[in-house]
Amino acid sequence: MDYLRAFLVGGIICVIGQLLMDGTKLTPAHVLVLFVTLGVFLTAIGVYDPIVDFGGAGATVPLPGFGYALAKGAIKGVKTSGLLGAFTGGVSATSGGVAAAIVFGYAMAVLFTPKSKQ
Amino acid sequence: MQNKKIQRINKQMEYNAYVKQKIPKPNYIKNCFWAFIVGGGISAVGQGIHNIFKETGFNREDAATITAIILIFFGAFLTGLGVYDRIGKSAGAGSIVPITGFANSIVSPAMEFKREGFIFGVGGKMFALAGPVLVYGFSSSVIVGLLYYFFRR
Repeated sequence: MDYLRAFLVGGIICVIGQLLMDGTKLTPAHVLVLFVTLGVFLTAIGVYDPIVDFGGAGATVPLPGFGYALAKGAIKGVKTSGLLGAFTGGVSATSGGVAAAIVFGYAMAVLFTPKSKQ
Repeated sequence: MQNKKIQRINKQMEYNAYVKQKIPKPNYIKNCFWAFIVGGGISAVGQGIHNIFKETGFNREDAATITAIILIFFGAFLTGLGVYDRIGKSAGAGSIVPITGFANSIVSPAMEFKREGFIFGVGGKMFALAGPVLVYGFSSSVIVGLLYYFFRR
C-alpha cells in the first residue's frame, strides 16, 4: 500500500513539473530550482509534512523532498544549537545526498564518455 | 524612409507569426502520462529501498538519506551508460524531478565538458545545473532557520 501511495504522490509531483515545462517558458533548470525552494517554503509553513506522512518516498524522492530535508534540518538545528543551527542544520541534514552526488557524479563523468547523439 | 521602416516591422511580424505556427505544440496528455509513470516508478523504487533499510533498524531520517544516496548512485551510473537520457526523452519531468535527475544534471555536463580538463571541465561544469539548485536550496534553508530562530523559538 505504501508503494502505491509513493507512486501516486511522486507521479503527481512530476506531472506538475511536466505541466510547468510544457505550459510555460520555464526550463528544466528553472523547475528544479523552483521545486527545491518550494519544498523548503512548504515545509516551513507546515504544508509538506502531511504530504510526506502520506506519500513517504513519493514526497521525499522528488526534489521538493530535498527542500523538505533542508528546512527540517534548519529548524532542528535551531532547536538544538540556536543561531548556529540555522546555518549548519539544513546543510548537515542533506550532506549525505550532496556528498554522494558530487562523488558519484565526478566518478561517473571520469569513467564514461558521452554517447553520440542520434 | 518611414515607409521602409513600416515594411520592415511588417516583415518582422509576419516572421514571428510564422515561427509561432511552426513551434511544435507539446502533447500534454502523452507527456504527463509518461512523467507520472516514470516519476511514480522511481518514487516506488525509493519506497522499497527505504522500507528495506527501515526494517534493518535505521530511523526514518537515516533511511531516507541512504535511499537518496542509492538513487543518486543509480542516476549517475545510468547517465554514464547513456540509458538515463534515453528514458528522459519520453519521461520528461518524470526523470528530471526525482533525485536521480539531480544526479543526471551533474553527470551530463561534467561528461560533456571533460575535454576542457578535470578542474574547469569536470569539476566546474558539473555544477552548471546543480549549482543553482544548491544555491537557492541552501539559502532558503538558512533563511527558514533564521526566521525560526527569531520568531518561533
